[in-house]
Amino acid sequence: MATKTIKINDTILDFDENLTIIQACELAGIQIPRFCYHERLSIAGNCRMCLVEVVGGPPKPTASCAMQLKDLRPGTNGEPPQVLTNSEMVENARKGVMEFLLINHPLDCPICDQGGECDLQDQAMSFGLGETRYTEDKRTVEDYDLGPLVETHMTRCISCTRCVRFTTEVAGIDQMGQTGRGEDSEIVTYLSHTLDSELQGNIIDLCPVGALTSKPYAFTARPWELQKTDTIDVMDGIGCNIRVDSKGNRVMRITPRENHLVNEEWISDKSRFVWDGVRVQRLDTPLKKVDGNFMPTSWEDALSIASKRMENGNTTFVAGDLVNVEALYTASKLSEYLGSAKILGDLDTSCHLNERSVYVGNGKIEDLDNMKNIFLLGTNPRKEASVVNARIRKAWINGADVYRLGIQENLTYDVKELGVSLFDLQFFLDKMGSKKSFWTNAIFLVGYSFLSSKAADTALNTIRSYAEKFNAKFLVLHQNASAVGSLDLGFETDVKVKQELIKETKTIYNLGCDTLEVDQGTFVIYQGSHGDKGAGSADLIFPSACYLEEDGIFVNMEGRMQYARKAIQPPGKAKENWKILRALTEKLGFVQNWLDLNGLRNALFDEFPLISKPGEIIEVPWKAVKKQKKLNSKTSLPIYVKNYYLSNSICRASKTMGSLARARNSLNLKKAS
Amino acid sequence: MLKEKDKIFPNIYGFHDRSLKGVMSRGVWVDTKAMISRGSDDIIKTIKDSGLRGRGGAGFPTGLKWSFMPKGTEKPKYLVINADESEPGTCKDREILRHEPHSLLEGCLLAGIAMGCSAAYIYIRGEYVREREQLEIAIAEAYEKGFIGKNACKSGISFDVYSHHGAGAYICGEETALLESLEGRKGMPRMKPPFPAGAGLYGCPTTVNNVESIAVVPTILKRGSNWFSSLGRKNNHGTKLFAISGHVNSPCVVEEEMSISLRDLIDKHCGGVTGGWNNLKAVIPGGASVPLIPKSVCDNALMDFDWLKEQSSGLGTAAVIVMDQSTDIIKAIWRLSKFYKHESCGQCTPCREGTGWMMRIMERLVKGDASVDEIDMLIEITKQVEGHTICALGDAAAWPIQGLIRHFRNEVEDRIMNYSTRKTVQAAE
Repeated sequence: MATKTIKINDTILDFDENLTIIQACELAGIQIPRFCYHERLSIAGNCRMCLVEVVGGPPKPTASCAMQLKDLRPGTNGEPPQVLTNSEMVENARKGVMEFLLINHPLDCPICDQGGECDLQDQAMSFGLGETRYTEDKRTVEDYDLGPLVETHMTRCISCTRCVRFTTEVAGIDQMGQTGRGEDSEIVTYLSHTLDSELQGNIIDLCPVGALTSKPYAFTARPWELQKTDTIDVMDGIGCNIRVDSKGNRVMRITPRENHLVNEEWISDKSRFVWDGVRVQRLDTPLKKVDGNFMPTSWEDALSIASKRMENGNTTFVAGDLVNVEALYTASKLSEYLGSAKILGDLDTSCHLNERSVYVGNGKIEDLDNMKNIFLLGTNPRKEASVVNARIRKAWINGADVYRLGIQENLTYDVKELGVSLFDLQFFLDKMGSKKSFWTNAIFLVGYSFLSSKAADTALNTIRSYAEKFNAKFLVLHQNASAVGSLDLGFETDVKVKQELIKETKTIYNLGCDTLEVDQGTFVIYQGSHGDKGAGSADLIFPSACYLEEDGIFVNMEGRMQYARKAIQPPGKAKENWKILRALTEKLGFVQNWLDLNGLRNALFDEFPLISKPGEIIEVPWKAVKKQKKLNSKTSLPIYVKNYYLSNSICRASKTMGSLARARNSLNLKKAS
Repeated sequence: MLKEKDKIFPNIYGFHDRSLKGVMSRGVWVDTKAMISRGSDDIIKTIKDSGLRGRGGAGFPTGLKWSFMPKGTEKPKYLVINADESEPGTCKDREILRHEPHSLLEGCLLAGIAMGCSAAYIYIRGEYVREREQLEIAIAEAYEKGFIGKNACKSGISFDVYSHHGAGAYICGEETALLESLEGRKGMPRMKPPFPAGAGLYGCPTTVNNVESIAVVPTILKRGSNWFSSLGRKNNHGTKLFAISGHVNSPCVVEEEMSISLRDLIDKHCGGVTGGWNNLKAVIPGGASVPLIPKSVCDNALMDFDWLKEQSSGLGTAAVIVMDQSTDIIKAIWRLSKFYKHESCGQCTPCREGTGWMMRIMERLVKGDASVDEIDMLIEITKQVEGHTICALGDAAAWPIQGLIRHFRNEVEDRIMNYSTRKTVQAAE
């Protein structure tokens, strides 16, 4: 990395010569106005708002987003090149560009959803003229239909092409583009297609004006009246960093926060638009089943019914897919006290998983950026971890090869098929096994379809042997937010053990698992937020808070511990998950030596140091690989697919997710016919 | 006047034998091998010494441009010929393409080999259908005779020439938009740097030259740089194809010496301005995008880069548009504004929004339906477009209007007064 000395206004500073002027100015603390430039997209240089003056250069301003420092020439006596960001030339240029942008932009800020958080508004205030000189008619453009998520007001469009660049580069779809020329050029979808992507909501954030806005959020709130809470998303195992905007006790929208290590600054549509599901189908009072019908009851009554059942022994705890670590920990303590078993409901594997280096691996999401060979083993990252899929696509664009075993669906990039069975994998490994250079920059991404195959134990062993031998990376793509946390706390996933337990047990304490099949006669206590399938088959229901309503810890697929924070109050009599369990323990006569959340967390951190550092992945000792057997199973990997838009109880309650699922179905039918 | 023997394009009107035999009898494809064997440095030096400046409009020294091509890169290098001649009034390359295509091809080979290029792409304007046919016939003939292709002219070097047809967009004449279009994408100019010499066609080092700049190369190499630089004024050497159109008795394309006076050019080759020299109102000396010059400047005008630049105009492509006293000069410039509004690619803000705005104001100025203040506002808008865009189309749209206001402000103001007083009279009636 060569450095270059440049003078910005009057300060002389050193920078990496590959930076552009706008990046250097940013580092120097000088804000350059911009519309089209975005750090994670390619450079378009078309808005011309970021013009700066380069002293000694051509007698016209330069677009700072596109000019690299290494292209700046030194002064006549060898002094460092100088960039002026506030000269008269620059200010004039900004005024001019601002005026051009505004002449055809409607003055409808009072009814525009972007109002208050609009780049155009802000920059017009800071750099614009303050009055209009344009007396001709304004351009009008027709709106078009992008589907149920993104609303368009194309007269507001300033043709920055951020949306086009995002959809083509990051989301990997080709429906958006700019057609026409000059004044008549428009951002459109080709042939009026709607967008077919799991990441389309991001173009709402990217749009610097109000041309692309959120359909579900439309006309419901103003940004300055929203309470903002930084928290963690639980719709998949990535643990995307999100910001929840609420008004009163209602969540109005969800937007991403930047975290380069996890989600860059994208989130999937599921994470973004699921909030309407938080409001409806809620369990807001304890319920008990009387003669086949649910009757509301008091907490006192509900807890005593539960404690009576559980005192008799033989209770199995089942963790669902959205539970935070605090609740899992309290449940786990209780199960120890009762001497009962605990299982993870939403993951069935053919082997026992007890080491983090096995069920998580040694890879990280950010490793994908530098990988040359990426293996997708029994996973469809586009649906299981959409944001990670965008990252794989980025690696692919930068020249990585992607190999795939199993599930064959369009992933927005080209893949090399290895086959469908473990035997096919072994065949490939035998062929390439000795090439050291091939494996040094390789990563195995292992999905649930792979983990649930019959020979998962041997297969994991084989893969891990490559990680051990060649320092290759290996990462399990967990689909659920609670998966790694539960595994860390020792919840069982081996399907044989699980079936046995469920058959034998008399009482099941279900923490929000909706996929559990139980025999008639088993008493089910369901603790969850939504009245979904799991609640329907329960005998006693404890209403609890959902992920936006309580403070909690989630461990993502890499083993990264992150804090979720409470944005709104739980509805009715619903309580925080750990509090319910804490109350129940007391009812059962077992007193934990902590009272509040802090005490709980301290106890948790002491016992499980792996999840004690927020935002970090703690390195785990590598469990050495046993002598490996050859993989010879020729059966296809099992299908482990969920309906993407309806994968958990909150999604299933969401109207938006329902309409997306319908749209996807009709699209698939169209494709099939 | 340029002597017959000094003409580089003797068959510019197509009156002579157009067959390959006829072409060779005029010296094309003769001794090409010997010229190649002079070596790349010598060829580039000769062109540098000759003082040849690019004939596409900007007048950048051709030899210097060639020397920017990196040496010893692993990537292939390309020569791209800009035959997308779409500037209103300009029709000089057309004559080379249809009547002297072999000069162009020989120039491609020599220039290409001098820069170490492996191929030349000729990007022809979409509307030039017959011209493309002629060029393709010439390419086929040259391939058949072994002048180009593998072992071109028995030099041991392989060099291919491809022709590519545009689709009629003016912006594709901008060198980087041309490269985009050639790669199969939408013709939108790229940001510079990187310049094409660093990363051009398919990301490889590329030089983009005008047809005329390349077609004169073989003759310069044959007759020497001294001969070429003996023609014209200092810094403005050689011969030039002038395309004269508008209010002259016989519009034509003619090869003349650089720095010829405008009056000579019009009187000797075009039969004079209609109604005589005193009937002249203004001249756009270099194709639509340069500011016009009024008759008072035309009287002493020398047709070369530097002289016209001193008059705040430019030689451009040397397409002289002559306008006599019968011309509605405001409407003429409005028509150019309309052209630029139509041809703006829409990529960057000032040009996309500015060209339309400027045209609309011009539209009102044609009628006089404006206030006098708006003239200054219009000038301000042109200054806001000029220099703030990715490519030079913004400048090209701004300059004609600036020229109009600079020299004919009175006329514009008169029209506004007329219009407003007429309105008053009408209101009173």
